Amino acid sequence: MSEAIAVTGLKPWTDPNAVPFLKINNVTKKFGAFTSVNNVSLEIYKGEIFCLLGGSGCGKSTLLRMLSGFEDLTSGQIIIDGQDQAGIPPYKRPTNMMFQSYALFPHMTVEKNIAYGLKRDGLPRAEIATRVTDMLSLVQMGAFAARKPHQLSGGQRQRVALARALVKKPKLLLLDEPLGALDKKLREETQFELIKIQESLGVTFVVVTHDQQEAMTLSSRIGVMTAGKIVQVGTPREIYEYPQNRFVADFIGSVNIFEGRIAEDGESHVVVACPEAGLGIYVPHSIAGVIGQKVAVAVRPEKMQISKGDLGDLRNKLSGTIDEIAYMGDSSVYQIRLDSGKRVRVNQSNLFRSEESSLNYGDRVNLGWAGNAGIVVTS
Amino acid sequence: MKRPSRSLMIFGVLGFVFLYAPILSLVVFSFNESRLVTVWGGFSTKWYGELFRDPQILDAAWVSLRVALASATLSVVIGTVASFVLVRFRRFRTKTLLSMMITAPLVMPEVIIGLALLLMFVAMESILGWPGQRGIMTIIIAHSTFGAAYAAVIIQSRLVDMDLSIEEAALDLGAHPVRVFFDVTLPVIAPALMSGWLLAFTLSLDDLVVASFVSGPGASTLPMVIFSKVRLGVSPDVNALAAIIIGVASIGIIVAALQVSRSKKISQN
Ligand SMILES: Nc1ncnc2c1ncn2[C@@H]1O[C@H](COP(=O)(O)OP(=O)(O)OP(=O)(O)O)[C@@H](O)[C@H]1O
Ligand SMILES: [Mg+2]
Repeated sequence: MSEAIAVTGLKPWTDPNAVPFLKINNVTKKFGAFTSVNNVSLEIYKGEIFCLLGGSGCGKSTLLRMLSGFEDLTSGQIIIDGQDQAGIPPYKRPTNMMFQSYALFPHMTVEKNIAYGLKRDGLPRAEIATRVTDMLSLVQMGAFAARKPHQLSGGQRQRVALARALVKKPKLLLLDEPLGALDKKLREETQFELIKIQESLGVTFVVVTHDQQEAMTLSSRIGVMTAGKIVQVGTPREIYEYPQNRFVADFIGSVNIFEGRIAEDGESHVVVACPEAGLGIYVPHSIAGVIGQKVAVAVRPEKMQISKGDLGDLRNKLSGTIDEIAYMGDSSVYQIRLDSGKRVRVNQSNLFRSEESSLNYGDRVNLGWAGNAGIVVTS
Repeated sequence: MKRPSRSLMIFGVLGFVFLYAPILSLVVFSFNESRLVTVWGGFSTKWYGELFRDPQILDAAWVSLRVALASATLSVVIGTVASFVLVRFRRFRTKTLLSMMITAPLVMPEVIIGLALLLMFVAMESILGWPGQRGIMTIIIAHSTFGAAYAAVIIQSRLVDMDLSIEEAALDLGAHPVRVFFDVTLPVIAPALMSGWLLAFTLSLDDLVVASFVSGPGASTLPMVIFSKVRLGVSPDVNALAAIIIGVASIGIIVAALQVSRSKKISQN
């Protein structure tokens, strides 16, 4: 099962018999009284690119450092490839890590930096040379092989750090913000490059990022973290379309949240009475709740439609006034003020080229979304 | 940066003159033809020649050199160990006390250091029977006490600046901690070791007071010989000798300073 999951579409996490490659069981890390990682459990399968996504200081790096053996666990257990890692020092673990600070050896050239790990494994010189050369060309740093780290730009250093972690082809690769310092174009290239490397080497990746776009592009699954806890694990699609709570909905992409109370709870739908929106919002999935319970409905801006005219048979319809328009090229973002004063964000793709949009500031518009566009999230 | 005002410039120049005029006049008069130290009798290098024919001076130079080499090396070893304990070890109760004690020799009057060491050597001799005779060995040990203090200060500041994650990276890539020390830590702090060594070397070469206390018969360092010669009257060959020592010491200090600034530049990037 070493094929790349992203390509083959295998989903081992849905298979009850699949054995996870990396098991993190109830891991907690405390620094004094402060809990940095709080009772995290994860199962990551061979060949996955698993992204840990979360805001600054939520414990992502700490979790990676525990995986590579630099921090002791306060409690819990880490099992890699069937082996409990307790008491195994970093230099004996089947992992390699790319550090958030790059941690390049300042007194060694780029080439020596990349070769260091291979030399420690006692590989023959010829093999080290070819593998280093391959890796240098992969990260497009061949021309800089003889430079020292302090002669490189931030992005170049990042690529060397990436190459140094990749070259050993470990069973488990841990990347801490691997692409943060790269410009947009190089970042996208490298993202696809990482996926390709993953396909060809078959190694398992755990990637830390706070860039949700990057997590979406790269990963087989995403674990969303906040304040030391994993709040949701799922494929990028699941996370985006079915956020389990408000934090996830808000953190991934932008979203309109309507607060309300459950007014009607049917077999396959709920209606949420929402004074802010001035209507009962229809959502076509059932939830485990009681009538009157406080919930919120999340609707993505691009799933809403606006028009000066009639919106046809959309399930949920409102009206409001255009407050602001931001032209983004491929799409436009409209801020719409509802009659209750609540502001709603709507994305519309610009399908036709036109000098002037037909929608203008202050226009009164109808706004709506299909029944299955919204999702109920509990706080 | 603002240009310094004129009066500030004048004070600056005066300050430098005050500092360096005596040294300059010493160097100039070392090339004096005349035997009279204060009267210029024309240019000559004869006193330098005389110096190299004087067995007492040559002996003392040889003693000083050996003492300086050995004590500088010992200072760096002790200074390195002390710095690691102070920087890398977890907080322990006596850490602050220890770090103050390490730097105490920097401010302790030399007379006291010399006297204390002399008393210690005498006591050790009567209790342990070692060192049987005071001489080069005792001077080396004495010089290492303050040399190590200077070395520790320099090495400590480098260790504090050092990014721990590069050691972790080496561990992560499969290097045993001992290997990490030699492959990563040592090369990174090497400029500090080098400048610590040079500083300790220069200090040892310079020292008169401590050496006079702890040395024994037959082991006179260069400063001791100069001092005893001067007491019999200043002679021009002493000027020549002093000029050479100043030259060596300046080179040592300049190289040490360059090392430190260069390694700063690299680590800042
Ligand atoms: N050695 C330490 N001692 C005390 N607190 C620590 C230590 N290391 C991390 N922390 C704390 O643990 C929390 C999580 O840190 P961590 O570095 O894992 O964050 P992160 O999710 O990687 O953030 P970022 O995206 O900014 O890198 C932070 O609040 C941090 O202050
Ligand atoms: Mg981090």
